[in-house]
Amino acid sequence: MRSLLPILTVVAAIVALWYGATVWLNSQWSYDQAARAGVEISFSEMVADTMAQERPVLPAPHQVAEGLWQGVAGQKITSKRSLVYHGWITFSATMLGFAIGTGLGVLLAVGIVHDRAMDMSVMPWAIASQTVPILAIAPMVIVVLGGPPLNVPPLFSKAVIAAYLTFFPVVVGMVKGLRSPDGMQMDLLKTYNASNRQTFWKLRLPASMPYLFASLKVAVAAAVVGTIVAELPSGAVAGLGARLLQGSYYGQTVQIWAALFAAATLAAGLVVIIGVVERVTLARMGMAR
Amino acid sequence: MWFWGAILFWLAAWGFNAWLARQPVAKTRAVRLFVPALFGVTLLILWEGVVRGLNVPGVILPAPSVIWGTIKASVPVLWIDFVQTILKGALSGYAIGCGAAVLTAILIDRSPFLQRGLLPVGNFVAALPIVGIAPILVMWFGFDWQSKAAVVVVMVFFPVLVNTVAGLAATERMQRDLMATYSASYGQTLMKLRLPAAMPFIFNGLKIATTLALIGAIVAEFFGSPTRGMGFRISTAVGQLALDMVWAEIAVAALAGSAFYGLVAGIEKSVTFWHPSQRGRR
Repeated sequence: MRSLLPILTVVAAIVALWYGATVWLNSQWSYDQAARAGVEISFSEMVADTMAQERPVLPAPHQVAEGLWQGVAGQKITSKRSLVYHGWITFSATMLGFAIGTGLGVLLAVGIVHDRAMDMSVMPWAIASQTVPILAIAPMVIVVLGGPPLNVPPLFSKAVIAAYLTFFPVVVGMVKGLRSPDGMQMDLLKTYNASNRQTFWKLRLPASMPYLFASLKVAVAAAVVGTIVAELPSGAVAGLGARLLQGSYYGQTVQIWAALFAAATLAAGLVVIIGVVERVTLARMGMAR
Repeated sequence: MWFWGAILFWLAAWGFNAWLARQPVAKTRAVRLFVPALFGVTLLILWEGVVRGLNVPGVILPAPSVIWGTIKASVPVLWIDFVQTILKGALSGYAIGCGAAVLTAILIDRSPFLQRGLLPVGNFVAALPIVGIAPILVMWFGFDWQSKAAVVVVMVFFPVLVNTVAGLAATERMQRDLMATYSASYGQTLMKLRLPAAMPFIFNGLKIATTLALIGAIVAEFFGSPTRGMGFRISTAVGQLALDMVWAEIAVAALAGSAFYGLVAGIEKSVTFWHPSQRGRR
């Protein structure tokens, strides 16, 4: 709560800067229009005009808010112009990919922790692959999987990208987590004559939970980005990414900004949800910090 | 024939790696490099064998040998794309964005109020799908590399900012008190104590930013670019189903990404040689 006032100040400063930039960037168009109509406009008229253009260079915050409101509440949910509809398409692909990526990532991490050969051969590649701009392959995956002869529906081909981006953070975080019990704890279980399986279920897995949730938060944000980029290649007609691309084709800046804020809300919402699940889970496990 | 040969090679290599990992030599540096290298080669051979053995058409998955042929045949094109996307777009944006982020962090460092406000906002923004602003910035700055650099600036700014602010707060009370007893000025404390102490954190941000820079530069080209650049080449080659060209560009992007990361990690090693995480590896 102590930091609420500073945060609000910073946000207010950003909004103020945004309004300033709106006037600055859009004034050229206003003056041009006035000159074409042969009238002289005063500064205050110009400012008023920059706030209400149809295709501004930079839409004012209230225009974006209106666009968002129009997209969320002003349409039927099934309408092609509804942000809820496009958001749902993006959300479902993200979640499917996120679930697959998390599952495979945890499985691989379990393998890496229990098998030395796997650890030595796979782990360096898992780390190195983080430095590769994986998103560059998104359009290819979409076109190859979506086209003949495979004809995978777009939901799954987008989920493949999201799963790929989820996979590596989860593997790296989970390996770290499964290895986090220290020698003393492992020795204790050995004195109990615990089998490998028992050690895994009763010590390693519970101990890895904080690490798992930390990487899940990173991974879900990456999965949203992946799905949105996967929606960019031509042919995608639904989803927030497709909405962005259409907006940029037709110069509908308000539409772009509205889609952008919808995507930001989606990503932030997912991160917050995972944060809540984390807090509840860790509290019930007695690990609350 | 190809298929079963590849499977056989895979099993043999896996068995060899498993045997090697159990030997006492497994701790040595050579083996630590050899095992993942053999695994990588195995994957390539498995890929080649499956593609040839099952007659997978080139429009679904080209074989590594075909991709290598394309790389060798189109070096000039790949070089032009590399210069356009990596050198002009990603590197200039990376330098501007990281520089601006470090300067901003030093500026807001004197005001705890701004820190408390900016850090949560910065953390929040760092988790957002920032690549989405690419169409807007392409509209503002035109199709050439300037718009790609602008996307990269925005993408790398917040991770580096958040890490630098955390790093500047990393010195201990005792250390700052010592500087005060030397009657060091704010500038001297900053240059001689707090910035060096912040370096491990700053480099953490810089390393995260290398990948983001490449992603930003490539994805921004999907929204419009001159007729060169890796993102442009990938999207047009996908349209023509020339997948060998796409894979060639991906190979270049992967190499460039690893080299860029390696470069930053190398600089980190020489700057933060005093840090425990670097000392232990000698």
